[in-house]
Amino acid sequence: MTRAIALLLAAAACAQAQVTFDRILNAAKEPQNWLSYSGAPASQRHTALSQITPGNVKNLELQWIYQARSLEKFEATPLVVDGVMYTVQPPNDAMALDAATGRIFWIYSYSPSSDSRPCCGRVNRGLAMLGDTLFMGTIDAHLIAIDSKTGRPIWNREVAKASSGYALTHAPLVVKDKVIVGTAGGEFGIRGFIAAYDAKTGKEVWRFHNIPEPGEPGHESWKNDGWMHGGGSVWVTGSYDAESNLTYWGIGNPGPDWNGDPRPGDNLYTDSVVALDADTGKLKWYYQFSPHDEFDYDSVQVPVLADMQWKGRPRKVMLWANRNGLFYVLDRATGEFLQGKPFVEVNWMNGFDEKGRPMRVAGKVPTRDGTLIFPGNQGGTNWYSPSYSSRTGLFYIPTWGDYSSIYVKNDQEYEEGRNYGGGRPRSPVNLARPPLNTRKDGEGFGAIRAMDPQTGERKWEFKMADVTDAGILTTDSDLLFSGGREGFFYALDARKGDLLWKTTLGGQIQSGPIAYSVNGREFVSVNAGSSLFVFALRP
Amino acid sequence: MGRIIAFIVTAGVAAAQHTYTPNDIEDGGQLYRGACVGCHGPDGNLVPGIDLAHAKLRHAANDDQMVAIIRTGIPGTAMPPNNFTEFQAGTIVAYLHSIGNAGSGAVAGDAARGKTIFEGKSGCTNCHRIRGQGSRQGPDLSDVGAYRRAPEIEKSILDPDAEILPQNRTVRLVAKDGSAVTGRLLNEDTFNVMVLDSSERLKAYAKSDLKEFTFLDKSPMPSAKGNLSAQEIADLVAYLSAQKSVEVK
Repeated sequence: MTRAIALLLAAAACAQAQVTFDRILNAAKEPQNWLSYSGAPASQRHTALSQITPGNVKNLELQWIYQARSLEKFEATPLVVDGVMYTVQPPNDAMALDAATGRIFWIYSYSPSSDSRPCCGRVNRGLAMLGDTLFMGTIDAHLIAIDSKTGRPIWNREVAKASSGYALTHAPLVVKDKVIVGTAGGEFGIRGFIAAYDAKTGKEVWRFHNIPEPGEPGHESWKNDGWMHGGGSVWVTGSYDAESNLTYWGIGNPGPDWNGDPRPGDNLYTDSVVALDADTGKLKWYYQFSPHDEFDYDSVQVPVLADMQWKGRPRKVMLWANRNGLFYVLDRATGEFLQGKPFVEVNWMNGFDEKGRPMRVAGKVPTRDGTLIFPGNQGGTNWYSPSYSSRTGLFYIPTWGDYSSIYVKNDQEYEEGRNYGGGRPRSPVNLARPPLNTRKDGEGFGAIRAMDPQTGERKWEFKMADVTDAGILTTDSDLLFSGGREGFFYALDARKGDLLWKTTLGGQIQSGPIAYSVNGREFVSVNAGSSLFVFALRP
Repeated sequence: MGRIIAFIVTAGVAAAQHTYTPNDIEDGGQLYRGACVGCHGPDGNLVPGIDLAHAKLRHAANDDQMVAIIRTGIPGTAMPPNNFTEFQAGTIVAYLHSIGNAGSGAVAGDAARGKTIFEGKSGCTNCHRIRGQGSRQGPDLSDVGAYRRAPEIEKSILDPDAEILPQNRTVRLVAKDGSAVTGRLLNEDTFNVMVLDSSERLKAYAKSDLKEFTFLDKSPMPSAKGNLSAQEIADLVAYLSAQKSVEVK
């Protein structure tokens, strides 16, 4: 073949863009792939695959392992597109693997600035994809577009100033032709925001201030200059509803975390869910879960969208198990509070008013000597992905039960780029995560709790001795996959909670499982320790 | 007395303690491109006030001191220590002398005209791309100017077969059923071959399914010799040399 002919063939072979937004919207129609962080814009982390069943799950076998070149927490959820897996190893290496064998196509290594200072690990939770382009946020607060075929960067945009404490740790969300991210850094007195960037050029299209500035609605909830360093971070991926064109994001704690004195007021939109017009970033509605929070109750959870019969009529709802210990059902079109009930022990509030505002318990605030609060600082749940199955009608929550902290507050001045906590929580659960667990009853345990959204009541519980940072995946065969700090990866009966299969992976599971298939064979993958594990049935 | 590392075109580099052969100098170039080019640039003159290839230095008066600085870094500055042997650091210095002696590398071309040529009559985008525009068959050139010197870029344009980097090798795979695929080799292990195929798909093949796995000797890239004028080539080189980053300003 002459070179000229080869060139012509190459030009003719210019492939069509791979992942259109239409494919992302209709991800449920192609369960062999996992096209976004939570699997689909509704973020139910549920797969229609059903080859692995309660009857055969005991025959799962390890297929391959990818050992990350990092000892950092491995919190990423991979994407899988047409037989290729795209994921991130900490802090900011993007890579493409053959989804059937785990062999590497390419690795793109980004070196974050030494100015980066993420509060809680040099982590990254995954990528987004549109067309042939991947999008990665970095711990030095850049957003990078990467060619999915070659691993080469296409553009690199500084989103915020890393030396002030800003970082990007979550997987971006693609909506139409835009890439949406929010800034982490709630422990550094940042002023968080959510912004959309043009997927082609990296140019900023809109920005929503999580902490409203003077003149913006909501600013009146900050009674002094506290808004300037008010926190309001974002570090878990939001959701999208095509019918309303709204994108939903959970917003983190106000700053300083544990001392509310410098910031009188409700401190909007911290600890809230905001519903934004995906084209303009304009606020459609918000609901604040924890007004004037002093317990670090970030509302940084995945907004789970579901359509269901609610009190006798069809309703488009949002299901939300919050770090503050309460399980909520909201109307996602209007933000109307429909229901809120504790799913763990809660002592900081004792009910809701008619508008859904929590009623605080007197005296349950951080003090110089310390105050015992349920749930504790890591929450009744946290960023770990929940799951909803429309087949069972149940909402599944990675839970910390019987967990409390003693909240102590200190005075603290803001200093750019330095921790701005204003206190400290003390807890029997050691956040250093030693491999040994010696806690007594009542000092915290982990669980999967299956909740009925209709009543807010618990249907069943799978209890673990140690706490959990693992997400949950449910399947159309009514399986539930999850894990915990003990390093067990297991499958439960999603209807009853019975343990059907388990294996030990030798490292803490701090990510959400996914399912995909290649050539008709179903795989389930999860990260544990510093490695990614993939299972399938014996051929 | 400081050691002198001189560049001698035909016989390599003679030094007080070492002689650096052309291969040593090439090795030094690889080390330079791997560890130094990010800050100092392909021509060694990216840091203001410093031109490594022409001994315009702030902290070293001779080659010995350059070797020492390469190994130990300069405390309090962005220059880090490097885990090179003295000989390796010496090859880097020899490489820098070699590019200095070879001339500035400056090409009297017009980058704007070069862009038009790159995207038009040259046919470059049939195989290459810059910032998402063009084909993926050949190397992405979005930041080629950050790690390749202008003379090196010119040489690749005029004589593509002279140097094909390992990451740019083309392979032909023939399956047992006779179907054939040509693509850029991305990875290979005992059991698998990974390619970006001619349809720009990432594909993995089990070797047990193949009856042929062949590296192609020639670059698929045609020489610009005879197709572009000397001025057009200079313009193209100027454009490519200016491609240094994907950062959005």
